[in-house]
Amino acid sequence: MSTDIQTIRKIAHLARLEFNEEKEQEMLQELNKILNWMDQLRALDTEQVEPLIHMSEEVNVLRDDVARNTTTHEEALLNAPRKDSDYFRVPKVME
Amino acid sequence: MKQYNSLRDVRTDLTNGEVTCRQLVEQYLRNINEKAELNAFLETFDEEALAQADAADRKLANGTAGKLAGMVIGIKDVLAYQGHRLQASSQILDGFKSLYTATAVQRLLAEDAVIIGRQNCDEFAMGASNENSSFGPVLNADDHSRVPGGSSGGSAVAVQADLCLASIGSDTGGSVRQPASFCGVVGFKPTYSRISRYGLIAYASSFDQIGIISKSVEDAALLLEVMAGPDAYDSTVSQRDVPAYSGLLATDTRYKIGYIRDCFESEGLDAEVKDSILSIKDMLREAGHTVEAVDFPYLDYIVPTYYILTTAEASSNLGRYDGVKYGYRTDNATDLSSMYKKTRAEGFGLEVQRRIMLGTFVLSADYYDAYYTKAQKVRRLIKEKTDELLQTYDFLILPTAPTTAFKLGENTANPLAMYLADIFTVQASLAGVPAISIPVGRDANGLSIGLQLMSRSFGEPALLAFSNYILDKITVEA
Repeated sequence: MSTDIQTIRKIAHLARLEFNEEKEQEMLQELNKILNWMDQLRALDTEQVEPLIHMSEEVNVLRDDVARNTTTHEEALLNAPRKDSDYFRVPKVME
Repeated sequence: MKQYNSLRDVRTDLTNGEVTCRQLVEQYLRNINEKAELNAFLETFDEEALAQADAADRKLANGTAGKLAGMVIGIKDVLAYQGHRLQASSQILDGFKSLYTATAVQRLLAEDAVIIGRQNCDEFAMGASNENSSFGPVLNADDHSRVPGGSSGGSAVAVQADLCLASIGSDTGGSVRQPASFCGVVGFKPTYSRISRYGLIAYASSFDQIGIISKSVEDAALLLEVMAGPDAYDSTVSQRDVPAYSGLLATDTRYKIGYIRDCFESEGLDAEVKDSILSIKDMLREAGHTVEAVDFPYLDYIVPTYYILTTAEASSNLGRYDGVKYGYRTDNATDLSSMYKKTRAEGFGLEVQRRIMLGTFVLSADYYDAYYTKAQKVRRLIKEKTDELLQTYDFLILPTAPTTAFKLGENTANPLAMYLADIFTVQASLAGVPAISIPVGRDANGLSIGLQLMSRSFGEPALLAFSNYILDKITVEA
């Protein structure tokens, strides 16, 4: 399968990435090559095969539901690139 | 200071008063400085490491030392260590300091290991050559014009060049085994779910496993025994009991071994690597083990399957790096949406962006079934066939990598060529079974060749014992 530049732009938006025109073209070429190579899988008949989703044999390993404060408010803000005394700061969302 | 090849040797000298833990750490720190051009460590924790060494020396003197006293360990830059920087060799986590310590690292510290520093790797563990690090490539200590493999390249070189006794890395599709093969050391990926991943930066969660790089199988066994087991912070980790692996290394069993014929006929396989691995096969047969050729019909499908699934999982896992809560944020944003996009476009390297794009593509509504679901189905076929072979055979043997260490820059222009460096390691990752790479020879250029062994899930005791047996046998016969 090969994709096109409109799809690349849509995927970039979904992934919250952006490319200039030159990079966009490079990404298109590379993705097309890789997708063509991935298309090898079509040669395998998997009609009767269930998808494999979980790799761990453990099911619902739960600990007791006890509330604990493992990270303080100050600690949670420690690594923020922009913050005030209480919140993470981001560019204005509402007009 | 002499070079140590196992904690056992270190402990003998510690007991005899030939060396102290402090002296060991001082010497490793000197080695790291002297070999700084290898670019294996991003950072060392000098004062804390020396304090940990002093504490271990005191405990050794009064008889209260843990299992790992005397063990100096480096950690790949994907493992959280409270109060220390952690950034997966990426600029998007620039300045990030961890609020907590990974369970695996915590368990090493609890047994009196020293954590000496943070090791370079491919960005977010995506790569097979350590050339994708935002801190520059790591050099192979055997030949500085060559790569160490990846993604745990810094961790492998650190052990290879005597910068620490062991490293803790991560292995998603071969990231511990392949660099170990390129650097002439032991690289071990346990069964999926054997070690808690709390505090391990996630790349592809249905594959990621913490792994060990060491000079001896014995040290790998000991480190597994310390790190493995249930953890209240990781609901995916196995609840099975943890055997005392390091005490189970003696073996006189005659094993049944399969060698995957298709691997040896694969066109990218280097002739010297092939001969070296085939000679091990003959050696084992002469020693009385049963060695038979087996067919694995999915060899051509394993790498595409692996890349569909891992890029999909990566695109989801890496969604959290948005410039809001931690790490890098762009200065060029005009609104919230452009803040996300510019932060990620400026913070992630090219290979990471390529994989996020691929993963987002295969998960997008129009292509989900054709790629993602299809790959999950093929994964089942691969896992079932692998498990079936491992019911008949105790071990499967194959080369760890199709070549020895390649030149810096040799594969960077061609992502597909780089992806195929994983061809022999991803099978165990797709199947979730344990696998190990052990150094069994060198090519005409003096570059290391790794033999890979796989065993059935939770078959680590026999896998480690047999690996140890092979290494002993090679040493005796050399």
